[in-house]
Amino acid sequence: MKKQNPILKLLFGIIILVVAVLYMYPIIMIIFNSLKVETAISTNTVFELPRSDTFNGLNNFISAITRQGFLQSFFYSAFITVTSLIAILVCCSMCAYFITRIRSKVSSLLYYLFVFSMVVPFQMVMFTLSQTADMLNLNTPYNIFIIYLGFGAGLAVFMFAGFMKSVPVEVEEAAMIDGCNPLQTFFLIVFPILKPTIVSVGILEAMWLWNDYLLPTLVLDIKKYRTIPMLIQYFRGSYGKVEMGPMMASIVLTVLPIIVIYVFAQKYIIKGMTSGAVKG
Amino acid sequence: MERALKKYWPIFLLPTIIAFIIGFIVPFAEGMYLSLCQFTTVNNAKFVGFRNFIKAFSDEQFRSSFWFTFRFAICSVLSINIIAFIIALWLTKKFSGNNFLRAIFFMPNLIGGIVLGYIWQILINCVLSIIGKPLLALNSTAGFLGLIILMCWQQIGYMMIIYIAGLNSVPDSLIEASKIDGATDLQTLFKVKIPMVMPTITICMFLTLTNSFKLFDQNLALTGGDPSHQTEMLALNIYNTFYARAGAQWKGMGQAKAVIFFVIVILISFIQLKLSRDSEVQQ
Repeated sequence: MKKQNPILKLLFGIIILVVAVLYMYPIIMIIFNSLKVETAISTNTVFELPRSDTFNGLNNFISAITRQGFLQSFFYSAFITVTSLIAILVCCSMCAYFITRIRSKVSSLLYYLFVFSMVVPFQMVMFTLSQTADMLNLNTPYNIFIIYLGFGAGLAVFMFAGFMKSVPVEVEEAAMIDGCNPLQTFFLIVFPILKPTIVSVGILEAMWLWNDYLLPTLVLDIKKYRTIPMLIQYFRGSYGKVEMGPMMASIVLTVLPIIVIYVFAQKYIIKGMTSGAVKG
Repeated sequence: MERALKKYWPIFLLPTIIAFIIGFIVPFAEGMYLSLCQFTTVNNAKFVGFRNFIKAFSDEQFRSSFWFTFRFAICSVLSINIIAFIIALWLTKKFSGNNFLRAIFFMPNLIGGIVLGYIWQILINCVLSIIGKPLLALNSTAGFLGLIILMCWQQIGYMMIIYIAGLNSVPDSLIEASKIDGATDLQTLFKVKIPMVMPTITICMFLTLTNSFKLFDQNLALTGGDPSHQTEMLALNIYNTFYARAGAQWKGMGQAKAVIFFVIVILISFIQLKLSRDSEVQQ
């Protein structure tokens, strides 16, 4: 490598920084606006930075949390994401293990059904799914994870099965000979080997669960339970004046945790989210 | 070992299968059947044959949202893939700040469609009001462009990462060999790199195309179909047919549209996959 001129290097660094800031501008803009008073957020003043007379401190955030039920929505979103994620990771890895290890017609039929379900657009099943959920009373945040397990199973089983094929059977056989039953073999031997795939599938499904809007809107009772995407949509969808300040604050509160997690787990997140694509 | 495992099938299979039946198999089968019925709930379905499909095809709004989706899909697939590929070419060069930029470009992908839609709605409306054009709610051209910009912003980083992985797997010896043979940078790009990453291009085209066709959240949040359904894409049109109108005739028609939509998505996936596979380099 040839030595670089320090001035050129600095200039290059500045260019990179400018590109980064421009690309992130929509988010930076929302953060600035969430700090302004209501009257200063109109259509043509969005680009203005908060000034001393328009600065509103954290009042918008306080209002979003206390009056708009942000914390409750956050809880519902988090609860649904965590329970569904655990269900998907545990049940689907077991299912994928079974259908890769037992080669039979039923196994391959199941596998193709799972793959098929990945391609089907949600609109195809949305009405009947919400009716089925209502009929079985699976319409609260506390048991909606069963619906998510069913609808998220396709991708998870597909990815687990893809990885499982490359795991040698010998280790499992050794464990069985040493006296493990299949459940012990799975949880003590196979599950740890699956760790990288579990992280990838987990991230992919978690992003979907956290951001999903349509499924909870149709299944849950919107008056009682609102997840975060539903809350944001409700801000605009409800009639009357939209409170821009608290809405901006809610968007910031929604986006910031994701950015913080992303900063720390960037490598895993990028790998996890793209691994599904490359295999497909 | 197989025999021991087989005995445990209820524990390994049942939870997923029961949920899969509730969450997918039953709704899908019911959906298929209901597309041939007139109904308002699952329980009062009356068989009417293909009447729903005829009504769906003759629905002006459905046809126009189909063309809107089609135009949108072509524009967004091309722009996302071209820009993502160029950025990937730039970011496979070695320089400091390279990983930082990758991380930045990937970031928008983590934000959900509804939030993304509102962020861009605020931004685009502001730009429109400054240059003195009608706002998104009254401006279908801006709605179309806005959807493409939003889609690019969200998806470029993702596709870029896949392209970078593809470009990095092109063996250095091939590129060196072409240099020694006197190829220019452009020739190396078009005659060596692009043919070698053709499988990656297949994957990315396939992904962006289905993503564009299935787009819903962003469409709902950014334009909501305004002005007067002109920026309504297929998924949103189906949703509105189901839920925005009261009356017995709409649900069946919505379900018929959903079946048509499903067939289109499946067809596109297969056609695209086959077309791109044929053009791949034999290795």
